[in-house]
Amino acid sequence: MKAVVVQFPGSNADFDAWHALSDVVGVPTTMVFHKETALPEGTDLVVLPGGFSFGDYLRCGAIARFSPIVQAVRAHADRGGYVLGICNGFQILTEAGMLPGALTRNVHLRFECRDAVVRVDADGFFTRGLLGRVLRLPIAHAEGRYQASEDILRELEDEDRVAFRYVPLDPLFAARGGNPNGSLRDIAGIYGGPRRNVLGLMPHPERASEKLLGNDHGRLLFECAVRSLTP
Amino acid sequence: MRPEPAVDLALAREHGLSEEEYARACEALGRTPTFTELGVLSVMWSEHCSYKSSRVHLKRLPTEGPRVLQGPGENAGVVDIGDGFAVVFKMESHNHPSFIEPYQGAATGVGGILRDVFTMGARPVALLDSLRFGAPEHPKTAALLRGVVAGIAGYGNSIGVPTVGGEVQFDPAYNGNILVNVFALGVCRADRIFYGRASGVGNPIIYVGARTGRDGIHGATMASAEFSEEKEARRPTVQVGDPFKEKLLLEACLEIFAEDVLEGIQDMGAAGLTSSTVEMAGRAGNGVELDLDKVPRRARGLSPYELLLSESQERMILVARAGMEHRVLELCAKWDLDAVVVGRVTDTKRFVARATAGHDPFDGEPTADPSTVVCDLPVALLTDEAPKYTRPCLEDPRPDDRSVDTARFHFDAHRDLLELLGSVNVGSRAWVWRQYDHIVRDGTVLRPGDSDAAVVRLFCGDGDQRREKFIALSVDCNGRFCELDPREGAAMAVAECCRNVACAGAEPIGLTDCLNFGNPERPEVMAQLRDAIDGIADACRALKVPVVSGNVSLYNETLEAGGVRSVLPTPTVGVVGLLSRPEDARGSFFRGDGARVALLGMPGGGALGGSEWLVRRAGKVCGAPPAIDLEVEARLQSFLVASARLGLLLSAHDCSEGGLLVTLAECCIGRGVGARVALPWVTTPTPGALFGEDPSRVVVSMEPSRVDAVKALASEHRVPVLFLGETGGTFLRVDGVVELSVSELRRRYTRALAQLVGDG
Repeated sequence: MKAVVVQFPGSNADFDAWHALSDVVGVPTTMVFHKETALPEGTDLVVLPGGFSFGDYLRCGAIARFSPIVQAVRAHADRGGYVLGICNGFQILTEAGMLPGALTRNVHLRFECRDAVVRVDADGFFTRGLLGRVLRLPIAHAEGRYQASEDILRELEDEDRVAFRYVPLDPLFAARGGNPNGSLRDIAGIYGGPRRNVLGLMPHPERASEKLLGNDHGRLLFECAVRSLTP
Repeated sequence: MRPEPAVDLALAREHGLSEEEYARACEALGRTPTFTELGVLSVMWSEHCSYKSSRVHLKRLPTEGPRVLQGPGENAGVVDIGDGFAVVFKMESHNHPSFIEPYQGAATGVGGILRDVFTMGARPVALLDSLRFGAPEHPKTAALLRGVVAGIAGYGNSIGVPTVGGEVQFDPAYNGNILVNVFALGVCRADRIFYGRASGVGNPIIYVGARTGRDGIHGATMASAEFSEEKEARRPTVQVGDPFKEKLLLEACLEIFAEDVLEGIQDMGAAGLTSSTVEMAGRAGNGVELDLDKVPRRARGLSPYELLLSESQERMILVARAGMEHRVLELCAKWDLDAVVVGRVTDTKRFVARATAGHDPFDGEPTADPSTVVCDLPVALLTDEAPKYTRPCLEDPRPDDRSVDTARFHFDAHRDLLELLGSVNVGSRAWVWRQYDHIVRDGTVLRPGDSDAAVVRLFCGDGDQRREKFIALSVDCNGRFCELDPREGAAMAVAECCRNVACAGAEPIGLTDCLNFGNPERPEVMAQLRDAIDGIADACRALKVPVVSGNVSLYNETLEAGGVRSVLPTPTVGVVGLLSRPEDARGSFFRGDGARVALLGMPGGGALGGSEWLVRRAGKVCGAPPAIDLEVEARLQSFLVASARLGLLLSAHDCSEGGLLVTLAECCIGRGVGARVALPWVTTPTPGALFGEDPSRVVVSMEPSRVDAVKALASEHRVPVLFLGETGGTFLRVDGVVELSVSELRRRYTRALAQLVGDG
């Protein structure tokens, strides 16, 4: 399995994703600059990392979707190739139309960095065998409130594509039903693409993949990806 | 273009120069300076750039040590962390801009200190901030707090440098002059440090980054005068930050550093293009010549004066090796940055700027007229020969009468503990740090609120050279103690900051300071500054921690109806410690039931002066502050470091604001673990015994099986250990003093700041 982390000029969790993939779960991973027009030969997984792709003074990801590499990522996804968008990466995937819906400002209008508790609600390349598992994963975003039309929400649920939901197990979040940002239906991540091969999520599993950092729940997800993508 | 005003003494005064200073400039030049030159002189001779009041005192700080690779005088200090790697760090203030426009003031404070760090060749990997606001009930406090925190978050989160710690304090002395001190640290190879030197006559000077506008003109001068209502109206002098531009600048510079193409580099901070090029020329013993026609700009009709003094953010000056400029320009183009050769290094030892009269690049190419010299000043006049003052000092700046009858205040341990825990100076800071991305870059081992100091993993080097190193970081100062006794208070700030780092399991290896004081032209303020510097020096010598960088911020005072109000003397310090291995990292709080609880150090004399309890009761900073014995402190810290390396303790939490009882409560609140303890020396509970803030005390917990080893190590280090009881249950029970549920303690503690800002 070979992975690529796309580096937009304002990506800042590109290193985090690279470290989790290459150092923690041992996947050969290269960085690809956003001005490239093609992915390296044999790329299995493309990660769009967290950050502020182009400063994101406009809507997050609104400019990134015009980067040359995004065409190549879209083609990769259309062929059934795997794409993982974390935080800003999720925002870019929705802006690029590769996932439905939008991520808007947190309901309390502040950037928030803290651990959230999510439940795995759908099966897929990043969650295989983990259905129903409750994971503690950090969030760090100002615009993570998932919104979509009723039709889309129904479709996501009917097709079993809500990968992660915030759950009220953490006493810190109990007052908000566990939902840190006001996302509709407590959605924290969704699957899409022709073969459920595209995943976007707001929490940061790549920052919770080592005991040393006090939490390795995220590692379970990366190990899933390795199992799913290794022939 | 507007005609330039005629230069005379009145205009010089408006520029902040004294009559003597103006006379000195005219004499040195043998003529009247031009308008542009007057602007340059005024910023370079401002307190902010010249350190003219503090320099003579700063020389007394100990700056040397076996690990020091670069001490004060460069953009930041550099300390060796072993295996060929180094940390680069500094702290800087952005007080006045943050009061005028809290979001942008704080944001650009972050941007500025990050540039100081990466200009040395280091990737910034940690930010901390030390903030001071006025009384919580002051009408501006809540909005200033919201704005400053949002500004720090807005910049740091975007550029992707985690804000891993800091401190916030409130006191009415900061009502009209808040403090925003930002600390940044980066990591680099010890043999790849870059300096701000314009070396190599003939080498090209390259301007990189944001275009120049009118923002921030005379920011350095503004930072060098006291505050007034009128100045609050000077909003246009505040710069506007663009963290995305700085991210591009950071990545481009790091790629440029990786190639062998640079002679020197410096950011354009205070006094912009002028101070960066002048300081670089000064350090290299060279001159510079700038062609202002080439400077990228974003506003029409900028005059030479404005181009030289603008403090537009996110700009750097690079001196490339001759013939290598194309490579620098290529790498900047990759990151979509403007980069232009704007001048050359000369051997004239003069700062020369040329411009074509009336030329504005927005109107096309310059006319056929040759450019003329608009500024020609000796570099030395602007640097080493800038004015230095030994300003008059009071003999003793301590308040005459520090006695206070504490017995007249009502005291109730139970009620007072809850009150303190819920107060803005003691309660939880989670509302602040949750707005900061404190985990980006996968290095945060102990997060804010977990320990007395942040513990961060550094990823050093690349390829086969990669290493992981672990450091601890803290910033600290108690301005109230400094008000009551500047020397003792400053020594206690250093001691507490180092103690925080030692509690987290690290050996302190270097210190940076940010000295915030009032108007140095007043003898009592100057005496506070002098004594605080001596206090820092005392503590640094005793604890063997060198000062490697620093910043001085004076004129922190407000002209109010009732007269002048200075801030509390606030010599903030930032300390970096090194852990021998990740397992040394130690949190503050009780981790589970059945652990033994002990107090390291003497119970203390119960001095209440300057304590949060007394200030709340008396309504002012008063009393005799506690004193510190630096030898006792040094032994305590060496015990803390040694115990971390042996893995003896489960937790260690320093006693500071609120005193011993608050510290015990915090140890319980952290992870919701109760404790039952006795304070055998407290026969009758008194405010001093419970809420006094004596230094050199740490509450620790350990497995019962470690008790003998802890006793042995403590006796080896001659550190007193008093066993108080053990952890367990859901209550904090202090025999004969208080019995409160941990959930009640936590409820008070968590609401403290949220109540002030009006949301949770």
